[in-house]
Amino acid sequence: MRRHVHVDWRAGLSLVGTLLVLLSVSFVVPILVALVYGGTDLWVFVTAMVVTAGFGVLLRQLESEPEPGAREAFLVVALTWLFAAVFGALPYVLAGNGAVAQPINALFESMSGFTTTGATVMDDISFDTHSRSIMMWRQLTQWLGGMGIIVLAVAILSQMAVGGAQLMKAETPGPGVSKLTPHIAETARVLWIAYVALTVVYITLLYSLHLLGYAPNMDLYNAIAHGFTTLPTGGFSPEARSMEAFSPLVQWLVIPFMFAAGVNFVLWWYVISGNARSLLRDNEFRLYLGATSVLTVVTTVVLFVSALETPQTGQIGGNLEQSARYAAFQIASLINSTGYANMDFDAWSGPAKGLLLFAMFIGGSTGSTGGGIKVLRWLVILKSLRREVFTTIHPEAVRPVRMNGRALDEDAIRGIYAFTLLYVVIFFAGVGLFALDAARVGLDLELLDVISASIATLGNIGPGLAEVTGPMGGYGEFPVSSKLLMIGFMWIGRLELFPVLVLLTKAYWTD
Amino acid sequence: MRVVIVGAGEVGRTIAHNLEQSHDVVVIDRDPTIIEEVTYSHDVLAIQGDGTERTTLVEAGVERADLVIACTDHDEANVVICGTAKTVSDAFTIARVRQRTLLETWEGSQGAFGVDFMVCTDLLTARAITRITDLPATQDVDTFVGGLVRMAEFEIDAESPVAGSTVHEADQYDSLTFAGVFREEELIVATGETVLQAGDRVVVIGSSSSVTEFARDIVPAMADNGNEIVIVGASEIGFQAAREFEEHGYQPRLIEQDHDRARTVAEKLPNTMVLESDATDVEFLAREHIDEADLVIAALDGDEKNLLVSLLARRLGVGRTVAVIENLEYAELFETVGVDVAINPREETSEEIVRFTRADHTEKVAMLEHDRAEVIEFEVTSESVLAGTPIVEAVTDLPDGVVIGAISRRGELITPRGGTVVQPGDHIVVFVDAAVLEAVIEAI
Repeated sequence: MRRHVHVDWRAGLSLVGTLLVLLSVSFVVPILVALVYGGTDLWVFVTAMVVTAGFGVLLRQLESEPEPGAREAFLVVALTWLFAAVFGALPYVLAGNGAVAQPINALFESMSGFTTTGATVMDDISFDTHSRSIMMWRQLTQWLGGMGIIVLAVAILSQMAVGGAQLMKAETPGPGVSKLTPHIAETARVLWIAYVALTVVYITLLYSLHLLGYAPNMDLYNAIAHGFTTLPTGGFSPEARSMEAFSPLVQWLVIPFMFAAGVNFVLWWYVISGNARSLLRDNEFRLYLGATSVLTVVTTVVLFVSALETPQTGQIGGNLEQSARYAAFQIASLINSTGYANMDFDAWSGPAKGLLLFAMFIGGSTGSTGGGIKVLRWLVILKSLRREVFTTIHPEAVRPVRMNGRALDEDAIRGIYAFTLLYVVIFFAGVGLFALDAARVGLDLELLDVISASIATLGNIGPGLAEVTGPMGGYGEFPVSSKLLMIGFMWIGRLELFPVLVLLTKAYWTD
Repeated sequence: MRVVIVGAGEVGRTIAHNLEQSHDVVVIDRDPTIIEEVTYSHDVLAIQGDGTERTTLVEAGVERADLVIACTDHDEANVVICGTAKTVSDAFTIARVRQRTLLETWEGSQGAFGVDFMVCTDLLTARAITRITDLPATQDVDTFVGGLVRMAEFEIDAESPVAGSTVHEADQYDSLTFAGVFREEELIVATGETVLQAGDRVVVIGSSSSVTEFARDIVPAMADNGNEIVIVGASEIGFQAAREFEEHGYQPRLIEQDHDRARTVAEKLPNTMVLESDATDVEFLAREHIDEADLVIAALDGDEKNLLVSLLARRLGVGRTVAVIENLEYAELFETVGVDVAINPREETSEEIVRFTRADHTEKVAMLEHDRAEVIEFEVTSESVLAGTPIVEAVTDLPDGVVIGAISRRGELITPRGGTVVQPGDHIVVFVDAAVLEAVIEAI
């Protein structure tokens, strides 16, 4: 018996087509960079733009008036990221420079960008190998991926009305959407204003430091490039040494902005609207702030008592400013999946790296650009575990788990447990698969390499903790099969597992 | 004064009963049997009809009315009645509601819905419960003159240090007046010579601190730990009482058998420990140490269940029990068989409403022992028999059965003694035997 397909895949694909057309517009940025710097890559981006737009227009022919429902929303979200990564990889292939010219590597780099992971397969991060426009495109993919191409698109595609809310639900990281306004397009716009405003303020501050002489390396190109990758918690940098290439003052400035990128943007919108109190009252923000502070202090102490010494910075152990700066920077960078490095933390002591690994499992806040398991989930898990202990003593007690004073639905709590368990299962599966694959090709990896390859791609963090995956290493050494798996990890990690996983179920297509 | 009462349930009839002597009362109800009954049992005009309809209100002469009291069992109907009355009349409107949310809306915007005064039955009852439990061994408590003066009724037991002494001997407090003593069915207006016996319920009026001090002295054992509170039943009253306790800084426990209701109230009460269980499950009560509670409040739906719970709590050794009762006639029976305090929501409601119908200068009324005596607060005018004369002389012009409990002059508390001269503008709190109430109100 032939089963009927219940998903309107034509409508879904048609919508993906529209989004690709929109994406093609963003190629204007590298084209401008190419014009400014007289690069030879102008044709690369014009070609990529035409191909992307052309394919988008083709897809739109499938259905002239798409009306996506809840089911199609999953399809649209999942495919949009996949297609964006595919077409975003075109410039790397077309330009044909370095390791990223290979299609799988290009796809890896592009997926890493759009999912704001920040893991790289580039063997040589320098303007000698890659043009400034290619590097700017690499940075831009993170900024676009940050708040989600969908949210951007929803703001423009106001005709999608109700369908838009479903798209946003499927895309917005974390449980539940806060609709700030009656119209979903308006909400999307509001969040984007907060995102753009923070980005502009950040770029201005970075460039001001340069103009004032405190940041010799932070020219306008670098200021914009890093502006594109800090607020989306991306972590790409056109500098091979990442943030190590900049003065300590720049590093101190980056810390609060990385932290800010991991906060729910709805809260930033309240702050921008003059209601700063709601930020401090928010349970999730308080835990995020608390976890970051505690980890920073502990890591500072660990670094301070260590005998860590590097050729670039000299003695770090015993130097309070350096210990604090490196600790605060790396914790802020890894806790919410940004992935910048201001030194090669692969050189840190075991305990210090242990703290960083712990931070990687926390993640950013819901509604932020950060990846990972997310603070809210941990908060709910901690609170419900505390309840379990309490109800063991008082079996009849009825204790709702509260978030910001409101009782949470028990189904939502179950969902959070399911997500977290699944996340951990996939993480361990990744550890096993990467280890097997490395053994297959005779690649000698450390344990931390395999562990961090799994968490850094699934959590969209980027750099790992060991030699190959570390901040000064690169994922290029992994075999192709591992890279493909990592592309998948970044993809499902960014979309919080379920939008992609439901597509793999029979029930999704037929019920 | 012409008063229109819509709804002839227990509340409506109690109010009608209170007002029929001194006012022109019209009662409206939809039920013809009730109308028939009211017509023959009360000295009022009873009209059958729907009070939410303008024609019915006009028929009742609402244009000439000074007061419209909407006290049917339906919140929405009561609000609509007030709104409708306002379209044809300038009467002062009073609505009785159960939902606290309606009250909150009204409080946020005085005059909303065309309601001039709103009485929230369940909240009143909850507040009465918390007021009573605020003081150990208290049977009834009320505050006057914006909290300056407090009235309380205590039961004297055999171990109490004041048992057997005269009022004169017991009166060692700065600002406390012994107003009256209830001895079984009898009401004794207190004089210096009155002997306080075990089993008496004594009514005192005075400053908050002196009343609290007195309470501590007569029941010293309970003074310090009166804060372990258990509420049985998450009825609206039980829920509101828990909320009131939370607001006063307590962390009560609330037992509710229904799963969904337990969950709902648990969501709304962050500082209450909600337990989902049958309150008559002895094993559960032992596990949760309910026997160590200082106070158990039975707020289930159904008087019988509340009686059972109260008696069970009593038997476990709980310090005090309070039961909510729907049927006013059970009140005394409950208190006879061992429930410390029986609270009737309807009584609380009619009490609150009646104070609005008193002569204009009466500001607050508390009814004692199910309306055997009242404590009232009013502002002294120059026409009052009290004005300008020492209390000893003024009292001779008043009927027997009146005690002046407290005087407030420009926010200061004055303890009334024989020589005190009352001045116009003073607020006084008096204890009055219900039998002479009308005459007293006339005189003052």
